[in-house]
Amino acid sequence: MVFAVIIIISFIFLNAVMMGYLERKIAGHVQRRLGPMEVGFHGILQLVVDGVKLVGKELLVPVNVDRTLFRLGPILSFTPVILPLLVIPFSEKLQARDLNLGLLFIVSMTSINVMAILVAGWGSNNKYSMFGAMRAVAQSIAYEIPILLSMLAVILMANTFSLKEIVEAQQKIWFILLQPLAFIIYIISGVAETNRAPFDLPEAESELTAGFHTEYSGMGFSLFFLGEYTNMFTVASVATVLFLGGWHGPPLPYGEYLGIVWFFLKVYFLLFFMIMIRWTYPRVRFDQLLNFAWKYLVPFSLANILITAVVIKL
Amino acid sequence: MKRYFSDLFVGGKSLVDGLVVTLKALCQPIVTVQYPREEIDITPNFRGHIDLVLDPEKNTFRCISCGMCERSCPSECIRVKGKKVEGKKKKTLALFTLDFTKCSLCGTCVEICPTQALEFSNEYNLAAFSKEAFHYDILKRLEERII
Amino acid sequence: MTGSRLTYCYYRFGGVYQDIDDKFVEATRAFIKRLRKRYDIYEKLVTKNIIFIKRAENIGIISPDMAIRYGITGPNLRGSGIAYDIRKNEPYSVYPEFDFEVPVGERGDCLDRYMVRVSEMEQSLRIIEQALDTLPDGPVRSKVPKKIKLAPGDCNFAVEAARGELSYYLVGDGTSVPYRLKIRVPSYSNLSCLPELGQGILLPDLVSIMGSLDLVIPEIDR
Repeated sequence: MVFAVIIIISFIFLNAVMMGYLERKIAGHVQRRLGPMEVGFHGILQLVVDGVKLVGKELLVPVNVDRTLFRLGPILSFTPVILPLLVIPFSEKLQARDLNLGLLFIVSMTSINVMAILVAGWGSNNKYSMFGAMRAVAQSIAYEIPILLSMLAVILMANTFSLKEIVEAQQKIWFILLQPLAFIIYIISGVAETNRAPFDLPEAESELTAGFHTEYSGMGFSLFFLGEYTNMFTVASVATVLFLGGWHGPPLPYGEYLGIVWFFLKVYFLLFFMIMIRWTYPRVRFDQLLNFAWKYLVPFSLANILITAVVIKL
Repeated sequence: MKRYFSDLFVGGKSLVDGLVVTLKALCQPIVTVQYPREEIDITPNFRGHIDLVLDPEKNTFRCISCGMCERSCPSECIRVKGKKVEGKKKKTLALFTLDFTKCSLCGTCVEICPTQALEFSNEYNLAAFSKEAFHYDILKRLEERII
Repeated sequence: MTGSRLTYCYYRFGGVYQDIDDKFVEATRAFIKRLRKRYDIYEKLVTKNIIFIKRAENIGIISPDMAIRYGITGPNLRGSGIAYDIRKNEPYSVYPEFDFEVPVGERGDCLDRYMVRVSEMEQSLRIIEQALDTLPDGPVRSKVPKKIKLAPGDCNFAVEAARGELSYYLVGDGTSVPYRLKIRVPSYSNLSCLPELGQGILLPDLVSIMGSLDLVIPEIDR
């Protein structure tokens, strides 16, 4: 168990490095230029150098700030994103802990992120950070409902909350073919939940302020950054488990352990899609964002559950 | 009600179209040049700092040190000095310096020279650590080019 | 062709500094062909994108009356429905010989201003093509005396710059130094409508409006 935790934590850092590199390279090629090229072969070591730079920066604590809350913000944002990875079944025998209520555990962990944003925004003693934080909180809360409702459709079909059994229930047919609408709604809400473009009003170079992590420099900023990439990974892996059949795929030798290869392929495909979305669409205005969640996503996911329940009953 | 659904479908289709464009752009070749490692050719019309023209027949400069360029320069960055040499009636050029930190590349000196002794060079990647590196001695640069 | 960025030190009294060569003409024609192929991409990626439309439609509506009051010119004016283009209304230089249209918007919101600018892209390409086809030979600079003496009186001349009407007002008093020279830049008047336009709007809308007015701040701040 301890061994699994250590592996997972080191995996998170590796994942952040790889995803950061992938994002910059893809951004470059979409804009028909090469991404980072200087450090290492085709810029592979770029993120390592960036990490060293961020760690070496001065940890600025502004004067009128609430000291405990300010320091607590990044820690609170980073810790809960490690925990969901403990219950995800990477392969048939590779799962740190199989909880009976695995899915519920994952959802509750992502909700703690809301509190972390509030703490960071309030503790910065900066009205712009507070605005950014409140907008981020409103966005996160609004998009949790479609996530839950689309997950509910899958739970109705698989009849269980445990992630391992959901994957095993997809032996014959993947749930994406039975529930395409729920998949689309889940992906859109997942992107919105992690504050990624085009829903990134609270975070990236937003219109006049830099959002809730304005006042953080060096390590604090990199913790938020790590938290965001890990959150993306969690969303993508939960989508894989629920809809794309987890580690199912053409048979491999040592299938029980090497199912992880298919799992990662699917997860990184979804991550590639999420990165492409960022570099294609302009930013959505904040009230239009909330409009979209309440007027479009929630009714459709409710209708989806109704139809699923009716079909299962018959 | 109808607008709700038409918005949804038309909007969704436009989003998918946009994604297809980006995906296609991902596979297209690069259009940028990694500048310090590779360079592109520069047009001969480019206006760098001025240089004395090396007259191919006389194998020396055409300047008669009249001082028109020094007088007409709006930024006063050219210094010309001639000296008398025995055996020749006219003065010959002894000193020609250009203070490039003040030059605005207007081209007045090139146009006004009566013997067309000045031209624009092609130097575009100039960088140095001190201001003195940009006080060019144009006469010395010409003498280095004389075969 | 000009030897440096944009038209740095290229204009002279009576014409321009040097002539263009064949390579320039070829490169321009190749560019025109390349740009025409990309209209499709621009339309699919930006103009039809629902997120972009939602952020630009019915935002920052400039009514024709307000536009005339503030002296707004250029694509901003044409987006509000008034078809005023100096190249057509008070033609100068060689424009009467070219055949092009002036796109006009309807409502005066950000989307209309954007569409006017996009349509003007195609019209500009038409003008360039016609110009390249009818390039005359001859000198590029006429003879101008070294010392120009200004006759007493004043004179105002306007051209259609990219953002609106750029005009020079010159007052001479008989010597070679002008008494007054005023350069009227389009961005200054375009900017002046912002306080009235910005009453009670959302902050992200302000960004959209400022982007669609196409202000060049150094021009204002001379």
